[in-house]
Amino acid sequence: MDKWTRHHLLDLQGLSKEELETILETAKSFKEVSAREVKKVPALRGKTIVSLFLEPSTRTRGSFELAAKRLSADTINMSGTGSSLSKGETIVDMAKNIEAMNVDLIIVRHADAGVPYMLANNLKAAVVNAGDGCRSHPTQALLDMFTIKEKKGRIDGLKIAIVGDILHSRVARSNIVGLTRLGAEVTVCGPSTLIPIGIEKMGVKVSYDLNETIKDKDVVMLLRLQKERQHENYLPSIREYAIQFGVNKNRLRHAKKDVMIMHPGPTNRGVELSAEVADGEYSVILDQVTNGVAVRMAVLYLTLGTKEAED
Amino acid sequence: MAKPKQIMDAEGVNRALTRIAHEILEKNKGTAELCLVGIRTRGAFLALRLKECIKNIEKTEIPVGILDITLYRDDLTLASSQPIVHETTIPFDITDKNLVLIDDVLFTGRTIRAALDAITDFGRPGQIQLAVLIDRGHRELPIRADYVGKNIPTAEDESVKVMLSETDDQEDKVVVKKVKKDG
Repeated sequence: MDKWTRHHLLDLQGLSKEELETILETAKSFKEVSAREVKKVPALRGKTIVSLFLEPSTRTRGSFELAAKRLSADTINMSGTGSSLSKGETIVDMAKNIEAMNVDLIIVRHADAGVPYMLANNLKAAVVNAGDGCRSHPTQALLDMFTIKEKKGRIDGLKIAIVGDILHSRVARSNIVGLTRLGAEVTVCGPSTLIPIGIEKMGVKVSYDLNETIKDKDVVMLLRLQKERQHENYLPSIREYAIQFGVNKNRLRHAKKDVMIMHPGPTNRGVELSAEVADGEYSVILDQVTNGVAVRMAVLYLTLGTKEAED
Repeated sequence: MAKPKQIMDAEGVNRALTRIAHEILEKNKGTAELCLVGIRTRGAFLALRLKECIKNIEKTEIPVGILDITLYRDDLTLASSQPIVHETTIPFDITDKNLVLIDDVLFTGRTIRAALDAITDFGRPGQIQLAVLIDRGHRELPIRADYVGKNIPTAEDESVKVMLSETDDQEDKVVVKKVKKDG
């Protein structure tokens, strides 16, 4: 395993295969911590972590906060509403003010792509991206990769489909980057209006037919329709989407016997997947959530250990 | 730089471990409530070997755990990048057990301090004892070993290295050599 040298985690683009593997290996050790009776280690004692969530979140926010607490760091939460942002302060000013209270790391989620970069350029504190617009959600992709590796034993050579609203999905973009770098063959599948033009350049195949796509896949990752980002009419109706791209028991008959169904959450039952699939034997949705804490512990541990920005 | 001096060979390591196994059994009056926990990396291999020694003597299997103390180190804030964390596996309840902690070299005592903290997070053993292959002195904390393979007087600028066939790709041996700074 290589030594970690980065101060921030902004996306997966710049990370080498070895760096991705270092995070996944480190997360493996942290998973055991969460299974103990005493779920806490003193590794980040005395460090202060601020989570700055300027977009709604339950899983990611809770997961990061638990991860920080299990490493003995002190955490505070800030959100957009009720903060000084609503009084006209810019986000950089706000972050600098937070940093002035001797904060070591800021976890940021924002509706606009690039905000974590802007903060990283302006702060001495470490910055971890918890999702920026439609661009990147590195820790989600890492926890998905961790779950695949844990369940399937490898990522290299696996056939993986990402299905749904690819256009608005930061989870899809980060997963494409990470999974292809670790050697998976990734296919994106969805209605043509929700597949970004030129996505092939990221090294993926494109499909518009889920019945055909699902046949030979080891892993099928379903995405939610991001209605909050869909400002035009991309679909005739939700019902039609569910019929064509929703995964239910019938559609799973086309799939491999050991197919694994993933979803980053929140799920819309009856749309991208049926209740019996979400709760069924193929689903690892809750394992993803469990693994999220371990992966985020690894990210916080590694980034907080690197003193100066080298990247 | 001086040539490394060998102070123990494979047979020596083996004899020391066999003697420690006997001492552990004598002090604990058998294997009831006994368990071993080795500190990564070399302590873990020594623990597995001691388990085999004890099996040969008493014909019983005792539980063995492996402990990674990285997250409990007292120098985490000093390093320029985080040390690599490995898995801890203690697949049994340590509460009320007579737990023998095992490491290769006892030096400052800081590793053992971290290990004691880590073990406390897993439960409350009846007793914690310490077995080491080499005690080289220069303690910085009030810690001593219950079982010692060999005591070696060293200078602070010397390093003591235990090589084991499981991880070092060569026959077991213990060597001492001078280094510029730090062990």
